[in-house]
Amino acid sequence: MKKLIVAASCALAMIAGTAQAQDRNLRIAFDIPYEPFEYRDENGELTGFEVELATAMCEELNANCEFVIQAWDGMIPGLLARKFDLIMSSMSITPERAERVLFSEPYYITPGGWFGPESFNTDVTDMDAMKGKNIGVQRGTTMDTYVTENMGGVVSIKRYTTAEDMVLDLEGQRLDAVFVDYPVGEQTILNREGYKEVGESVKLGDGVGVAMRKRDTQLAEDINAALKKLKEDGTYDAIMEKYFSYDIKI
Amino acid sequence: MPDFIAEWLNTNDIFNAMTMMEYWDGMVTTVQLVFLSLVIGLVVAVPLAILRTVRNPFVSGPIWLYAYLFRGTPLLIQLYIIYYGVAQIPGIHETFWWTIFREPFYPALLAFTLNTAAYTTEIIRGAIVATPNGEIEAAKAYGMNWLLRMRRIILPNAARRAVQAYSNEVIFMLHASAIASVVTIVDLTGAARNIYSRFYAPFEAFIFVALCYMALTFMLVFVFRKLENHLLRHQRPINS
Repeated sequence: MKKLIVAASCALAMIAGTAQAQDRNLRIAFDIPYEPFEYRDENGELTGFEVELATAMCEELNANCEFVIQAWDGMIPGLLARKFDLIMSSMSITPERAERVLFSEPYYITPGGWFGPESFNTDVTDMDAMKGKNIGVQRGTTMDTYVTENMGGVVSIKRYTTAEDMVLDLEGQRLDAVFVDYPVGEQTILNREGYKEVGESVKLGDGVGVAMRKRDTQLAEDINAALKKLKEDGTYDAIMEKYFSYDIKI
Repeated sequence: MPDFIAEWLNTNDIFNAMTMMEYWDGMVTTVQLVFLSLVIGLVVAVPLAILRTVRNPFVSGPIWLYAYLFRGTPLLIQLYIIYYGVAQIPGIHETFWWTIFREPFYPALLAFTLNTAAYTTEIIRGAIVATPNGEIEAAKAYGMNWLLRMRRIILPNAARRAVQAYSNEVIFMLHASAIASVVTIVDLTGAARNIYSRFYAPFEAFIFVALCYMALTFMLVFVFRKLENHLLRHQRPINS
């Protein structure tokens, strides 16, 4: 009898184990709107490059995925507090972040772009000419780090929580120029009358990866495998071509 | 700087001399913003509160409306409307006003001042209205005119009644000033947010800044206790 119970519980445990592997539940966090990576379309549906990539990745992983909206400021704390399991919200891989979270292999890379009004004719690499200019960046991004490190004492850096607030201040002429993730600038600034690219874009960092908690090493392996497969079998390219006219694959 | 603090700062990633300077600059900005808005707010609020008690609705009505609007909406919304709204006014960029409102400090100062003035107006009005009739009648019996009555009897007594409520308003204002960081002002909270986003250390950055606010609050509490002791001396029990 005892043996039977042990055997039964072993079998149960095995079933439970396999069931878990099949029905992995993942909550994925996005900060919206961040066109064209994650935003709500006219019908209020969550969509965008990363949302579609996440959906494809979940299929590949055989996981039940739930999408969570989280403001950028609380991303890493939210992940660590187990409010969600993955961040797929254009989080660039940096050594500082890698101390807190575990990153997958990068799944895209975009440059930072300089945008400003038509009247802005200063060379952004000329530190003398840039002196005292008001430059907008999004707080805590790789663009923020770049401007802070390279032009910290020269320009006056204004840090914003959201890209909208920054664009609003660019329109209101409080900012001379902004240094922002290229696709975001293309979507929110370049399509306005009277604005242009004002400098050579700069490739920054190691690209964007899926962030998860440090202990989820098995999950990281699975995600890397899934992303690799998507990149190779053409799914990735199909999604990318839907949203971008240029290559962001890494 | 004592050696052990310098030593500790040198071995600490987050609290090094550079971030301490950022916190200090933030503290200076916060104190400037709060102090200026409170002083201007009080100076504006006293005459408004007096006019608010006037019977004529054409005088008291607009002041009632102003206080109602600014007490009825969140300070954050007022700040957004003033900061972003001003920049949208057509043609403002060519006027000299723009040199003032271009900097985030002045729109924030304006929003904070209007907000605190609205609350202070109501606090002082309440204190004026609560003046016992006997005091006013006695003053009239002495032949004092309205101005003299206001100056000698009503306002000094109203100040005694208002000081406790006003000390709360001052402390609330200090704490409300934390929202200045949403319009790119690097105040105490702004410094904490910058440092947090650089090191991804929310607890260290925000707990430290909370302690800074607490220290400022305790200083305010101390000042107001002294002021209350001075103003309310006549109410103290004889033996203390």
